[in-house]
Amino acid sequence: MSTRIATHGRLIDRTRRLTFTFNGQDLHGHPGDTLASALLANDRMLVGRSFKYHRPRGIVASGAEEPNALVNLGTGPAFEPNQRTTTTELFDRLQATSQNHWPSLDFDIGAVNTWFSRFLPAGFYYKTFLRPRAFWKHVYEPIIRQSAGLGQVPRERDCDTYEHFNVTTDIVVIGGGIAGLLAARSAAASGARVLVLEQTAHWGGRAPVDGGAVDGQPVGSYIDTLLKQLRAMANVTLRPRCMGAGVYDHGYVLGYERRTDHAPEASGPRHRLWRIRARHVIAATGAIERPLAFAGNDVPGVMLASAMRDYLVDYGVLAGRRVVLATNNDDAYRTAIAMKQAGADVLRILDARDSGGGALMQEARALGIRIDCGRAIGKITGGKRVKKVQICAQNGTGGALEAVACDAVAMSGGWSPVVHLWSHCGGKLIWDDRAALFRPDPDRPPFGADGTGFVSTAGAAHGDLALSAIVRQAHSAGNNAAQAAGYKTKSATAPEAETTREAPLLPVWLMPANANVALRSKAWLDYQNDVKVSDVRLAAREGYESVEHTKRYTTLGMATDQGKLSNINGLATLADALGAAIPAVGTTTFRPPYTPISFGAIAGEARREIFQPLRRTPMHHWHDTHGAVWEPVGHWRRPYTYPRSGESVQDAVAREIRNTRQAVGLLDASTLGKLIVKGPDAGRFLDMLYTNMMSNLKPGRCRYGLMCSENGFLMDDGVVARIDDQTFLCHTTSGGADHIHAHMEEWLQTEWWGWQVYVANATEQYAQIAVVGPKARKLLEKLGGMDLSPDTLPFMAWADGHLGGIKARVYRISFSGELSYEIAVPASQGLALWSALIEAGREFGVMPYGTEALHVMRAEKGFIMIGDETDGTVIPQDLGLNWAISKKKDDYLGKRAQQRAHMTDPDRWKLVGLETTDGSVLPDGAYAVAEGVNANGQRNTQGRVTSTYHSPTLERGIAMGLVLHGPDRMGEVLEFPGTDDKIYHAKIVDPVFYDKEGEKQNV
Amino acid sequence: MSEPVSALNHAAFDGLVEIEECGLQGMIILRGDLSARAVRSAATGATGAKMPGPREVQTNGAKALCWMSPDELLILCDYSFVAQAIEGMNKALNGVHALAVDMSDARTMFRLTGAAARDVMAKLTPADVSPQALQPGQIRRSRLAQVSAAFWLEDDMTFRVVCFRSVARYTFDLLCTAARPGSDVDYFNAPAAP
Repeated sequence: MSTRIATHGRLIDRTRRLTFTFNGQDLHGHPGDTLASALLANDRMLVGRSFKYHRPRGIVASGAEEPNALVNLGTGPAFEPNQRTTTTELFDRLQATSQNHWPSLDFDIGAVNTWFSRFLPAGFYYKTFLRPRAFWKHVYEPIIRQSAGLGQVPRERDCDTYEHFNVTTDIVVIGGGIAGLLAARSAAASGARVLVLEQTAHWGGRAPVDGGAVDGQPVGSYIDTLLKQLRAMANVTLRPRCMGAGVYDHGYVLGYERRTDHAPEASGPRHRLWRIRARHVIAATGAIERPLAFAGNDVPGVMLASAMRDYLVDYGVLAGRRVVLATNNDDAYRTAIAMKQAGADVLRILDARDSGGGALMQEARALGIRIDCGRAIGKITGGKRVKKVQICAQNGTGGALEAVACDAVAMSGGWSPVVHLWSHCGGKLIWDDRAALFRPDPDRPPFGADGTGFVSTAGAAHGDLALSAIVRQAHSAGNNAAQAAGYKTKSATAPEAETTREAPLLPVWLMPANANVALRSKAWLDYQNDVKVSDVRLAAREGYESVEHTKRYTTLGMATDQGKLSNINGLATLADALGAAIPAVGTTTFRPPYTPISFGAIAGEARREIFQPLRRTPMHHWHDTHGAVWEPVGHWRRPYTYPRSGESVQDAVAREIRNTRQAVGLLDASTLGKLIVKGPDAGRFLDMLYTNMMSNLKPGRCRYGLMCSENGFLMDDGVVARIDDQTFLCHTTSGGADHIHAHMEEWLQTEWWGWQVYVANATEQYAQIAVVGPKARKLLEKLGGMDLSPDTLPFMAWADGHLGGIKARVYRISFSGELSYEIAVPASQGLALWSALIEAGREFGVMPYGTEALHVMRAEKGFIMIGDETDGTVIPQDLGLNWAISKKKDDYLGKRAQQRAHMTDPDRWKLVGLETTDGSVLPDGAYAVAEGVNANGQRNTQGRVTSTYHSPTLERGIAMGLVLHGPDRMGEVLEFPGTDDKIYHAKIVDPVFYDKEGEKQNV
Repeated sequence: MSEPVSALNHAAFDGLVEIEECGLQGMIILRGDLSARAVRSAATGATGAKMPGPREVQTNGAKALCWMSPDELLILCDYSFVAQAIEGMNKALNGVHALAVDMSDARTMFRLTGAAARDVMAKLTPADVSPQALQPGQIRRSRLAQVSAAFWLEDDMTFRVVCFRSVARYTFDLLCTAARPGSDVDYFNAPAAP
């Protein structure tokens, strides 16, 4: 059984006791515990069930690499699945539940899968659920999803907050172990700004656990000194609980700071995503111990040797009283020695090497531990916890020589440097045959824009596992990084550590080496996705040679731990099965993030009110308090209509239209783009941008214009007003303002850079209000201040003046067919003018109207709308707008394109009006069908609806559409099948439905 | 006659830093060849401030010249002085090709004050706001979260931020969120080591 002992526990505070619950049961721990160490202290060996076979699983590791011990944390709005107990700091009243079992952790029905596991090999799902095809989506997938999966999905809105933090610095060191700290010190000595990220709450990494001395000082106290020095340096920032999650091009690094996970009551954001731009990145990310692949290596109680040592030294937790240890290297002896000294019975060290280890073996033997060389674990027996170890010869097939009863097993298959952050951006690896590990190849780092490497590694991540080598290399890695960042290094002597003589490791990818098939199919490689040695071998037999394909076929390394424990063992197994060398098989791709990061951290502050910027006009608040139903237009919100109490949206729109046509309406048109174009070449410039002529427009006058892309397609329209000889004001669509501004700047900066033109986007300088309807003039005259008579201000003219005491520019333009003025005033007085118009307009029956009324009224007049009649494939000629295309001009953007054969094809669909024969409303986007079917067996088409509304003015449905030879087919009736199975009949008519002569706008 | 009202009418918030919408602020965009003598003297004449170099702000009392791009200046002055300033500049330009436009109402200005001002800004902008890269008198055009913004340091504890008027509420909410008590970063204003 695992238990807390009175000694050890350098990270815990025994003076305080914390209470937490696991599956509803109250348990106790101490500040400084991880959830994993606290569970072990309470003898909770079984903590979860596996993904596929629902096998009982326990804690294997002590850090970010943990594959098994994932739990649901918290409840309600703080609920979060798949949290690693090994990286969860314990806090008072923590609530955890185990995952992936039903009905309970101790009794899980899904565990029958393990009896059928021989029928569930790699690729089982692909092979079995292939046919019938339709079954996948509706039958197989829902059932499989129900039975598979790890944590549950949170059901409530997250109650926490998150944020980002942007930092530009010289050097970022990822990893605050002894290597990271030493590299930071030598780098910072140069004066470079250094940011050190450490994923845990503690500095120094595992050096204090592993022991040794640096410069004659015990490594633990050496680290304390080092930290003091670093904290005293103004150019060094140390951030604990902040994981280096990813390294990207140009020295961009993501840091994932878990601010309050350990203290949920604390205020402020829970996670903070650090977006770091560094000149140089040092990955001092350490190394991860590899499991050994033997039968039953997933039974709770089997753990990594280093993890067993960590639980003892860091948390005072003895993972077992009677321990067996299996290893292929010397380092694991440290665990045996520590456990023995802490009072555990170390029953046996099974060293796969025939000749055993070096000095550490001597030390273990001197403590009286029995060491069997050339021996291996044949099989573990026990279900929910380890009961017995069957011992066999490493070079055999698994025939048991002996069985030893025990309650914990430590295993060590050697170490793999954490090369993830080195590799994220393309750093290459070399296979170190002697140490049996992939290490960074310093000659092939990730290259920056200047062609030099911008990531380097320090310490164990570099591939040096001995303390003496780590401290030397880390010191110089810091110096080199400072140089790479453009600083001069200070000469300081590198620290020295004693060397422990270690015997070489023996690569062991399967234990025993010739394990039979029964053992192989219980020898786990990937715990989290339930991938065994037998699965990888099967994949190899079935022809999977690429490690990337094998990964996807077997799902090796595809779980939330991304194969931190399984990758190297898996690819070595594949190499063995293929008879290839390990470096020839290679690794899969390392991708960020290093461990999963929260969606909240990625979203940062962008939620609720500030999820997206909402653009508001100066009258936004008025609309809101007057019941506006909103329509999103780009990032703007515009009133769609203003329903009165008890009124439907549809009725409100109809009322607004009738009132505007009969009395007077107000529209907030502030969102319209307003670009000021000025300069000696402004006229010439606008002649190029618009299809029609603008240079001959007289100051004081307005003209409607069309703008095309260089491919000839219509992209924007609006009214241009000439302010003075050199100045124009171009109105754009609401959504087009920024785009057209950019379009203008692009042409001025890249093609016509010699032209004397400046453009300014004055869209938001003005609030713009359309005053529309037969009583519009009366209303404005009541406000007073300007002569708006038809003679002084005729249709398509503008004038400056004051209205009701507010400085205003009045454009007499109409998008509704009514007498209409658009009044632009400084934005800070927009609300004042709006309120004055509402007040003064009472006697004329003034009402605000929204975008839907605007749309219907323009459709009644046959005016096109960018985005309705156009979709990026429509040219002005399609819309019968030839009158707005100058024939006098030599050139304009789009002219050449519009002369191409496809654009002049008489079979292009053309704009017409459509009138249903029964007065109903045509469905939007409906197609007019033609005789016959096309090559795909679909009905041929001859036109489509682009805009369709119920016209309250005409009291029937009206529509516009693009129809083959449409303008030549007036009076013909077309068939439009709807998605409601009805067929609509509509007659081709002139698109102008209302006031064809234009008398109303011209009074 | 009605009084003009700025987008948020002096809205304020007190958190890690003090945030205040500055109310009506005269802002003029001057586009022109910034190396041309007429353009320079129009700008400096209108404000009494020195001509700013790239990414600089030059101030003279309540007036200032902010460098926005190689052919654009932002001129700050009293809201009531804008028309006069533009008229004066147009006179000084005397036909030289340039564009001076009143943008006072198109934009909103905020002031952030406090020791944590750099920290708060760094939560929202990717621009480097470290003392090495941004000193009083230097300006950046960048973004705050999802919108464009220009900002500069008046002194070591005071930022001025300019954004578009339509997103004034969004920007204010952003700044307040970033300055929420308890969200200290202590990066740029790290407490001295014990």
